[in-house]
Amino acid sequence: MNLLTYLINGISLGSVYAIIALGYTMVYGIAKMLNFAHGDVIMVGGYICFITMNYLHMPGIAGVLLAVVVCTILGIVIEKLAYKPLRQATSLAVLITAIGVSYFLQNAALLIFKADPKVFTSVVNIPSIKLFDGQLVISGVTLVTIAANIIIMVCLTAFTSKTKMGKAMRAVSEDKGAAQLMGIDVNRTISVTFAIGSGLAAIAGVLLCSAYPTLMPTTGSMPGIKAFVAAVLGGIGSIPGAMLGGILLGIIEIFAKAYISTQLSDAIVFAVLIIVLLIRPAGLLGKKISEKV
Amino acid sequence: MGTLLSVQDLHVYYGSIHAIKGVSFEVNEGEIVTLIGANGAGKSTTLNTVSGILKPRSGSIEFEGKSIIGVPAHKVISHGMALCPEGRRIFQQLTVEENLEMGGYTRTKEENQESIQDVYKRFPRLKERYKQIAGTLSGGEQQMLAMGRALMSKPKLLMLDEPSMGLAPILVEQIFDIIKELHTAGTTILLVEQNARMALSTADRAYVLETGTISMSGDAKELLHDERVRKAYLGG
Ligand SMILES: Nc1ncnc2c1ncn2[C@@H]1O[C@H](COP(=O)(O)OP(=O)(O)OP(=O)(O)O)[C@@H](O)[C@H]1O
Ligand SMILES: [Mg+2]
Repeated sequence: MNLLTYLINGISLGSVYAIIALGYTMVYGIAKMLNFAHGDVIMVGGYICFITMNYLHMPGIAGVLLAVVVCTILGIVIEKLAYKPLRQATSLAVLITAIGVSYFLQNAALLIFKADPKVFTSVVNIPSIKLFDGQLVISGVTLVTIAANIIIMVCLTAFTSKTKMGKAMRAVSEDKGAAQLMGIDVNRTISVTFAIGSGLAAIAGVLLCSAYPTLMPTTGSMPGIKAFVAAVLGGIGSIPGAMLGGILLGIIEIFAKAYISTQLSDAIVFAVLIIVLLIRPAGLLGKKISEKV
Repeated sequence: MGTLLSVQDLHVYYGSIHAIKGVSFEVNEGEIVTLIGANGAGKSTTLNTVSGILKPRSGSIEFEGKSIIGVPAHKVISHGMALCPEGRRIFQQLTVEENLEMGGYTRTKEENQESIQDVYKRFPRLKERYKQIAGTLSGGEQQMLAMGRALMSKPKLLMLDEPSMGLAPILVEQIFDIIKELHTAGTTILLVEQNARMALSTADRAYVLETGTISMSGDAKELLHDERVRKAYLGG
């Protein structure tokens, strides 16, 4: 029964990673950049939700919505101010800028919310489910997290495969020049991608804080890095890859904590990444299509 | 017949490299005009500049009398011209039909449904393979897809950059037949080719580009028999 509990917790944690990893992977796919500030958008989402619930005394759902709105706008603004001027710059310059944005967000949060951890009230208030005479308990947050992940996955897949904007995104991620020739506004497409990624980060932030209720300016860093690992593990640029990588990572982490060592769990996570990349350099679902001449 | 495209004294740079040095040419409505020249002469640079992907340092580009300098690259197609770029540049991971939809990105769904049927009529191979991932098409099929995609916006001016590149002779014939058909159907064509013989026999007029400048121009059939052109581009 323990095994099953760990598995479900792993899938739940992995779902959070997966939702964050989607943002990493979509932005990478289209803008070919690693947005290291992505993890900190999670933290912003957490604080917005916290404020809405604790200071504005509104229900959790309002907190989630507001967090999504604020983070979506934040994502668009970050892209416009920090990354867009660097469209022609080297990837190293963009990477350093992204790290700068990350520090900026953390320090801004430090100034506004101070360093002391806030105790986050869960936005989920559905009761936990008890199965097998109470031997297996699944919390409401766990259920909601897994459900949210599935819904997001289905919606994103439909969006990228069925809608005009989604198809344009895939076209832009492959060949910006050719996409422009078709009449696709590349800047707008990139902006929409950042918006979606950041909106998802807000949801991830709220779910993460609901499960692990400590909120600090650095709350987003580690999950951000883990989600980045998940995205690379699954094959960066691939949406199903982010999903698979996230879930796997969550499961590995929980099992490592349970059966090996809490201290070593992060090291194990990174070890898995290294092994997978040695065997499949493009990640689990990353693909390389050879060009025909 | 009016002038569709007029390029005057165009200068284009890649950083400090002066790739196009004062090129002027015109394409009149209903013509097939070809731009020939050796590797690196600046043919692709010229087409990419006309379609807005590259920005000229100076000079003018007018389409139907309207300047398109400074128009963002993604808005140029709406003026009525489409470029089928060098190397095809189809979207490898999209399906055949999705590639065509992208070609009609600026148009309505209804218009596209009609255009897709037109493209399928011209390229039945594409219809058979509409769900196939474009990267898995053969080279010839990819070229057809690239041309079909460029036709989706129903351009008045179709610009083709080396459509015969890397194709077997029989396919080259086929591509040129299609170019002639499109022309007969009323599309004006600006054709860039390495295969100067085919290009000159197909076109009405021609310009010869040499390291960024136009060195010769005139009636395509006359250039086909010109001594200098024969020596430089037709192998004697
Ligand atoms: N991105 C670039 N950066 C720097 N120089 C470039 C770039 N693209 C082209 N050039 C240079 O500009 C000149 C013209 O190139 P262009 O591609 O227009 O030639 P082309 O006539 O199309 O040749 P080909 O027949 O080989 O396609 C060449 O000297 C080339 O080296
Ligand atoms: Mg060329």
